[in-house]
Amino acid sequence: MSEGKSARVLVVTSGKGGVGKTTSTAALGAALAHLGQKVVVIDFDVGLRNLDLVLGAERRVVFDLINVINGVAKLPQALIKDKRLENLFLLPASQTRDKDALTEEGVAKVIAELRTKFDWIVCDSPAGIERGATLAMRHADAAIIVTNPEVSSVRDSDRIIGLLDSKTEKAERGESVEKHLLITRYHPWRAARGEMLSIDDVLEILSIPLIGIIPESEEVLRASNVGSPITLNAPLSAPAKAYFDATKRLKGEQIPMQIPSESRGLFNKLFGRKAA
Amino acid sequence: MSSLICQRQSLTFRARSYMAFVFTPQPPIADWLADLDATLERSKGFFAGHPVALDLSAAGLTPPEITQLTASLAERGIRVLGIEGIAPHDATPGLPPLLRGGRGAQEIEIPEPAAASAEPAPALPPQKQEPASLLIDSPVRSGQSVVYIEGDVTVLGSVGSGAEIIAGGSIHIYGTLRGLAMAGASGNPRARIFCHRFEGELLAIGPHYKTADEIEASLRRGPAQAWLDGNTLKITAMN
Repeated sequence: MSEGKSARVLVVTSGKGGVGKTTSTAALGAALAHLGQKVVVIDFDVGLRNLDLVLGAERRVVFDLINVINGVAKLPQALIKDKRLENLFLLPASQTRDKDALTEEGVAKVIAELRTKFDWIVCDSPAGIERGATLAMRHADAAIIVTNPEVSSVRDSDRIIGLLDSKTEKAERGESVEKHLLITRYHPWRAARGEMLSIDDVLEILSIPLIGIIPESEEVLRASNVGSPITLNAPLSAPAKAYFDATKRLKGEQIPMQIPSESRGLFNKLFGRKAA
Repeated sequence: MSSLICQRQSLTFRARSYMAFVFTPQPPIADWLADLDATLERSKGFFAGHPVALDLSAAGLTPPEITQLTASLAERGIRVLGIEGIAPHDATPGLPPLLRGGRGAQEIEIPEPAAASAEPAPALPPQKQEPASLLIDSPVRSGQSVVYIEGDVTVLGSVGSGAEIIAGGSIHIYGTLRGLAMAGASGNPRARIFCHRFEGELLAIGPHYKTADEIEASLRRGPAQAWLDGNTLKITAMN
C-alpha cells in the first residue's frame, strides 16, 4: 500500500432502511476504483452486515472492523482486496456483535489510518440515527444521501441532513459536510402518473444538490444476488450508467443530468412490434 | 415660615407602576395552598423578596379568612403587596391595601429545579423589553427544534416535516412550512404565524392550535397567516 495519500471520506447514508445505501456504496466504490482511484469501502452496519455479500467477498472475511477497533487484528489484516478491481478494498462489519462495539476513538483511529493509504474512504451507514449511523458520518468530508422518491424516505433524509449539519466533526469545527442527493429506485412511469414524488418535489424539500438519479431496474437486484456491484456486473445498464455519471460528478466533473424516462423505451417497444 | 410653606407646596408625587406576581387562589384554599407548596418545593425561594399581589375575585373569602390567608403566605416567606378583587368594605385596615387597574403581563414560568436551585429568585422581566428576534438562514430539518421564547423567529428556508419552531412572539417563514409552528408561547395573544407556503402539520398560537386535518385544504401550498381572534385560531391566505 502506498503511503502519503489523503483520502476523502464519503458517507453513504439515508436514515431509512431499504432505500439502497449498500447497493449504492458498492456501485460507487467500484466505479471510483474503475476510474483509477484507490478505494476502501467500510461496512458500519455492525450486526447486520451486507456489504460483503453485495461485493461477493463474504467467503473471505477473517477479521472485521470491530476486531481492528479492539486491537485483535491490524488494519491490513482486516482489509479484503476485491478480486476484480485491484484498487478496491472492503473493511467488513462484524456480524456477531452490535453497534455498541463501535467506539468513537476506535473509529477515529481506523479512519485516520485509512486516510493515509487511500484516495476514497466510502462509509456504508446503517439505517437509523443511532450510534452506527452517527459514527459512520462522524468523519465525513462529503455525504451521499440516498433517497427514494416517496415521503417517508424524504423526511428521513431531511432528518439525516440535519444530523450531518450538527453531529459531524466538520460541523463541530464550523465547517460544512459537502452533501449530494442520490435518488434511487426511480420509476419513470410511476412518476409520470403522479404515484411518486417528482424529482422537483424531492429537491425542493431537501434543498441539496442532486448527484444522480438511479432508475429502478431488475439489473440492480440481479447484481446484488451474484455478489457484484452493478457498475461491474452490467456496466452498460441504465442504473450502472447513472452510477458512473454520479461518480464522475463526485470527482468534480460536469456531467449533464439525465432524468430517466421511458418514452424512448416505449417508442422502441412500439417500433419493435411494428417491425416484427 | 413662608419658605417652608413654599417648599411643601413644591412637593410632588409621581405614580409609578411595578411588576408583581399575581396569585389567584381558588377555593378550597387548603388545596390551593397545597399546590403552591408543591410549586415552592420545586423552586425554593422563587417568590422570596418579590412583590406578590392577591387576586381574590374567585376566592370568595371573608375578611378573617383573608387575614388567615395572608398569614399562611407570610409563613412561606411570601409578602403580599396588595389585594384586588374584593369589595372596599372588606379591605379592613389590617390587610394589605386594595389594588385597582392592574394591567396583565405575560405569564411567568416557574423554572424547573435544575435551573432554579437555591439561587436567589430570577429578576422579573422588565416592563419594556428590547425587541428580540432570532434569524435562521438555513432550512430547519426534520427532527430539529427551534425554541425562542424571547421573541420572534424568522426562517429564511423551509421548515421540514417533523421539525418544530416555538416562539414567544411571531413566526415568519419565507420558505415552506411542512412541520409545526407554535407562536405566542409566552402568552402573547397578538403573536402571529406567517409562511410563504403552507404545508404544515400543526399551527398554534398560545394554547390554541389546529392540526393539518382541521385546516382548510384550499390554504395548503399557498402563503398563509395565522392569528388569534379571541379564543379562535384563524388561518387565512395572504394573497
